[in-house]
Amino acid sequence: MAAVLAGCGSGGGDAAGGGGTLTAYVYGDDAVKVQQAAVETFNKTSDVKVKLVSVPGAEYVNKLRTAMGSPNAPDIFFNWGGGSIKPYVDAGQLVDLTSAFASDPVLKDGFLSPVVTAGSLDGKVYGVPMRGMQPVILFYNKSLFAENGLQPPKTWDDLTEAVTVFKAKKITPFALGGTDAWTQLMWLEYLLDRIGGADVFRKIQNGDSSAWGDPAVLRAATMAKQLVDDGAFGKNFTSVSYSNGGAPALFAQGKAAMHLMGSWEYSTQLGKAPDFAAKDLGWTAFPTVTGGTGDAGNVVGNPTNYWSVNARTKHKDAALAFLKHMASQDYTKALVANGDIPTTADAGETLASSPNPGFAAFQYEMVQRAPDFTLSWDQALEADQATPMLTEINKLFAGRSTPEQFVAALKALT
Amino acid sequence: MTTLTTPLEKQRTGAAAGPRPRRRAADGRRASGRPSVAWAVPGLLFFGLFAVVPMGLAVYLSFTSWDGLTSPTPVGLDNWTRLFGDPEFLQAARLSALLTVVSWLFQTPVALLLGVWAAGRQRNRAVLSAVFFLPLLLSTTAISVLFHALLDPNFGVVKEIGPWFGIDPNILGTSTGALLTVAFVGGWQFMPFHTLIYQGGMRQIPQVLYQAAAIDGAGPLRQFFSITLPQLKNTVTTSSVLMIVGSLTYFDTVLIMTKGGPGTDTTIVPYLMYRVGFQSYDLGYASAVATALVVVATGLSLLMVRFSGFGAMRSTREGM
Repeated sequence: MAAVLAGCGSGGGDAAGGGGTLTAYVYGDDAVKVQQAAVETFNKTSDVKVKLVSVPGAEYVNKLRTAMGSPNAPDIFFNWGGGSIKPYVDAGQLVDLTSAFASDPVLKDGFLSPVVTAGSLDGKVYGVPMRGMQPVILFYNKSLFAENGLQPPKTWDDLTEAVTVFKAKKITPFALGGTDAWTQLMWLEYLLDRIGGADVFRKIQNGDSSAWGDPAVLRAATMAKQLVDDGAFGKNFTSVSYSNGGAPALFAQGKAAMHLMGSWEYSTQLGKAPDFAAKDLGWTAFPTVTGGTGDAGNVVGNPTNYWSVNARTKHKDAALAFLKHMASQDYTKALVANGDIPTTADAGETLASSPNPGFAAFQYEMVQRAPDFTLSWDQALEADQATPMLTEINKLFAGRSTPEQFVAALKALT
Repeated sequence: MTTLTTPLEKQRTGAAAGPRPRRRAADGRRASGRPSVAWAVPGLLFFGLFAVVPMGLAVYLSFTSWDGLTSPTPVGLDNWTRLFGDPEFLQAARLSALLTVVSWLFQTPVALLLGVWAAGRQRNRAVLSAVFFLPLLLSTTAISVLFHALLDPNFGVVKEIGPWFGIDPNILGTSTGALLTVAFVGGWQFMPFHTLIYQGGMRQIPQVLYQAAAIDGAGPLRQFFSITLPQLKNTVTTSSVLMIVGSLTYFDTVLIMTKGGPGTDTTIVPYLMYRVGFQSYDLGYASAVATALVVVATGLSLLMVRFSGFGAMRSTREGM
């Protein structure tokens, strides 16, 4: 008992030896145990101790926002890069890590460069990758495809053909949790990327909201609307939710043939429908679109999550030392064991020990070879634009606005 | 006004005038029998600290632009002019009004009848009343999650039972269905509370009135409309004010079940406030929305209290 108490005491952070405490906020989900282990390893050798604060997922963004505006701000915090940190960058609250990345070989060569770039803002690096990659993948039901003599779609024509075939069989072609706008966002992200390339959204992300007027946006919206009208998502997707498991269950029970979703769909299915995940779950890249100028290798989604450092921290060097730990072999292995695909440059070698090496390798190569990795629009844009954008997407899919009205509403966002 | 002296006032005057020497000697300062202002201090302190001060802050913020990180910048009337020209706010206000009306129409008759029934004496009524009271003990979040699961168009009960009644299971995916569901779930939860209020009001009605009516040959229906309803006038006002203010501040049900959708078809004012304030971080504008809501809700309750004569505290038992 005394030992336990003593342990608690030293965990408080006021250890002797001129140390101190670094507070780190992290998104509280299953992966926290990996960060917790990293903190424990780091604290063994460091005078300055890291104290991990795990904030429940749904509260994370609000709590971080409140804390960053108060004197009790964390020294290090988890984020999605891009627009999710822009307000903090604008307020001068983040440490610019560009020079640290340029001068330190561990940071410079430690991570896949598209991933580091995707989290940057205006060419400056503010974040060190710290979790698995989450590209959006087209998942499909292998048995249903085989029974109907179909191959996973490589082109948009394949995809529309599959829609026709499955509809005739009374199978919903795509599961879609239409209550959540971000599930619908994934369709527009990929369609715009395939039609107009990654540059269209890059312009928007860099503050040019007139780029929403690019013809590719209208075409992407029109194609999405066409899918809705064709019944590709079934008749009742507007009352299906992703977060309560409605859409994944539809997919796992063979009532829907495909599901466009972030890579976490694999672990979701593994947890809720292990048989389905083991036998029938297939995955492929988003198909090409005829006449589109975007590279078919481009990927959208969340490249990964990042640690950023608060400019007000008293222990900047210790914080950097902790962040460098994210590039270590130990940390990479711990992520892989948790089912995540790390974004470190050497992660490829460790993937064999993943719970599903095939899926892990597919994802890793998909991201590694991608000429562009577009960060999810709702993370790339600042909240004051991302929120109304999600509302407009929901209206488009629910049939409350036309593609033209959709484009007009987005252009009006400033 | 002397004719309006209530029984309570008569008692009080009587008590003050009557000879009560012992009590006076013990506590001369409270001779009138009224509690001193000091009793209200804790309440006033809490109300001031947790209601008035934040409300004042919200009003102040409604004249600024604030992202929650940097200091608020004053922008004058910008947020307010934007508010009255914002189609989303106007739609939200319309939806809130509609939801309030639907909720009142749905809850009041049921709660009133249930309350009158629950005021009876039979043993089974007591047990059933306790069962009816259960929804109020559950958290709104739990209730919303539960109904959301029941209404899942592919796996919920509505998928199995709906077709029997010709109901399309896609209830939450249509604008009317989603709004009615929000009103229904809120009503389902709070009806027991209003039933309780009506039950209490009903029990205050003197039995002599019913006995007299029965002697005059009035049946149950006539008794209900000529005695029960008029006697419950103040109770109806109390319950309605609570119901209307409650409906204007519905939030969790919408957040969990519809997220303001489909499209913006259930984006009522409190949800819009949440979206603007805590998802867009446009806290100045959100404060304007919140202030508008407070003004409307307060105005409505004052109006109702005034026009129902409730504020004057006139007794429903005049002349008895």
